[in-house]
Amino acid sequence: MISFTDIGRSALMGLSSHKSRTFLTMLGIVIGILSIMVVMSLGQGANELILGEFQKFGPNNIFILPGRQPTGPSGAASTLLSDSLTQKDLSDLENPANVPEAVGVVPVVFGQQPMVYESQTYTAMILGSNQDIARLFALNISNGRFFDSNDVADRAPVAVLGATTAKELFGGNDPVGRKIRINNQILQVIGVLQTQGAGSFINFDKAVIAPYPIVQDNILGIKYFQRIVVEGSSPALVPAMIKDVTTLLRNNHNITDPSKDDFSIQTQASIAQTVGTVTSILTVLLASIAAISLVVGGVGIMNIMLVSVTERTREIGLRKALGATSGNILLQFLFEAAALTVLGGCIGVAGGIGVSWLVSFAANYWWGIAFPFVISVSGILLGVVVSGTIGLVFGIFPAWRAARKSPIEALRYE
Amino acid sequence: MSLIEIKKLIKIYSDDGVDTRALDGVSLTINDGEFVAITGASGSGKSTLLQILGCLDRSTDGSYTFEGKEVSSYSDAELARIRNEKLGFVFQSFNLLPRLSVLDNVVLPLVYAGVSKKERVERAEAMIDLVGLADRRGYQASQLSGGQKQRVAIARALVNNPKVIFADEPTGNLDSKSGAVVLEFLQMLNDQGRTLVVVTHELYVAEAARRTVHIVDGRIDSDQPVAHRRIIAKDGFIK
Repeated sequence: MISFTDIGRSALMGLSSHKSRTFLTMLGIVIGILSIMVVMSLGQGANELILGEFQKFGPNNIFILPGRQPTGPSGAASTLLSDSLTQKDLSDLENPANVPEAVGVVPVVFGQQPMVYESQTYTAMILGSNQDIARLFALNISNGRFFDSNDVADRAPVAVLGATTAKELFGGNDPVGRKIRINNQILQVIGVLQTQGAGSFINFDKAVIAPYPIVQDNILGIKYFQRIVVEGSSPALVPAMIKDVTTLLRNNHNITDPSKDDFSIQTQASIAQTVGTVTSILTVLLASIAAISLVVGGVGIMNIMLVSVTERTREIGLRKALGATSGNILLQFLFEAAALTVLGGCIGVAGGIGVSWLVSFAANYWWGIAFPFVISVSGILLGVVVSGTIGLVFGIFPAWRAARKSPIEALRYE
Repeated sequence: MSLIEIKKLIKIYSDDGVDTRALDGVSLTINDGEFVAITGASGSGKSTLLQILGCLDRSTDGSYTFEGKEVSSYSDAELARIRNEKLGFVFQSFNLLPRLSVLDNVVLPLVYAGVSKKERVERAEAMIDLVGLADRRGYQASQLSGGQKQRVAIARALVNNPKVIFADEPTGNLDSKSGAVVLEFLQMLNDQGRTLVVVTHELYVAEAARRTVHIVDGRIDSDQPVAHRRIIAKDGFIK
């Protein structure tokens, strides 16, 4: 009786003596596994990225938006034009007597404006706020300083540049101390932010931040705020804080009927709920793409296996003529298919990890999106199990069919 | 005791519902040490007969006893073992595994016999030396000429020390010089006592045997000893 190692050796000899066939077959498996893995890893990464953005809001904070509760894309746009949040609202919110739970109130105004330094022009977002925005969004300074409460109170014409803005306007030079012009307002640069990475609802890298009074009056020409963020001390206090803020704003705006509120309040939880729909659509989309790549990869593996094993029908006939039993033949092809799928699987998984990493790297490098590098374990499992099973089944099935024939039938096969 | 005995052997091929009667009641006895040439026109059923005798195919009806045992009673695995241990094959188209070396090709039957690695390499090398290809052991089979390939095939057929060697048109794809070498070899093996069954449609191959069985339309037309046997080593061989 032939030994197990000899069958294994025959299988390896079969693989190594037909290198291009082995390579192509393995390629089928590699691509099958790789495509599933990459799709699932990127999908998971995108999901984490989106969810992570909303985590950044912080569970302690509430966002006050002007206008009615947004009810759709046009509703969301209308909040930007609404002018219901006033300086008085801000001052009242800052008063601890009104909202005792708040530890900070951060107003936000913003608009796209061309910024000019000497002959350089760069259109970016001008963001008006107070000193607390740095803490709220964990903005770190790489050079110079952030503006403080005195700068805000004094309407100081100072600005802090995002990393990209600084690079676009000043190249390699140090911007601190120099002056830029935005909509005829001269601002002195006092600091540059570290690269924050994009993806949050504000891209700080491509922004310029200045004290809000000067931005409101001298640059954007508005009297209202587009957002007010109220920072609480703990998530447990958020409901009480919402109640206080709502009462205060209704009083200020003379609203008695809650359905006529001209502001809305968002929390991390309410935003997560809103985007839940988006992410579930994303999940369905990704699952469909993964399923399609699974089918495409599977059919690819099936084809190459069927062809490469079927073309060896004569070899099977010869081996049987020389004394191989059907069992020997099956075992040899099982070995070959297993070796191919295991090796192809390893390469596919490694390649899948590599491609996923490359995509997240490219997203960071070229588009400045902090795309997380995720290895989807379910992607690996799904890819390896499905591709492996298909590889094994279609590596053995044609061999089984050929081994069942009489040796002479298999030998005569063309 | 006769080595091979068939009685009223019938083989019917069915293809898309059309039955072809390739063998139509063939009875034949072959004894140990014989050199039988099976001749006939193409389509006469001579190759079918050889394949059934060589346990590469099963008959539709009739009996076939090999070494006194009915072959139809054997399972496929038992037939594989008989092919491996008792029979050797030489095909018209050589049927070597083209990407494997000469040595790996010749070793193949011993691998399936479960012979230890050291012993099978020794035995295979001895056979390769015997057919005069000692300097070609490491060559890929595809790198050899037709005559060399057929000598490798003979070495492979011999390596398990079989009782019978079946050859189907062994010189069919060879020029006369290579054919002469192969035939000379077969005669030498027979002289050493090995039983040979050779299918051919060529007269000069049949003349090298000791007995010819002529098949016409799936039946034995004539079965007689070769009157003027040609000894290839002495008489030469012209195609």
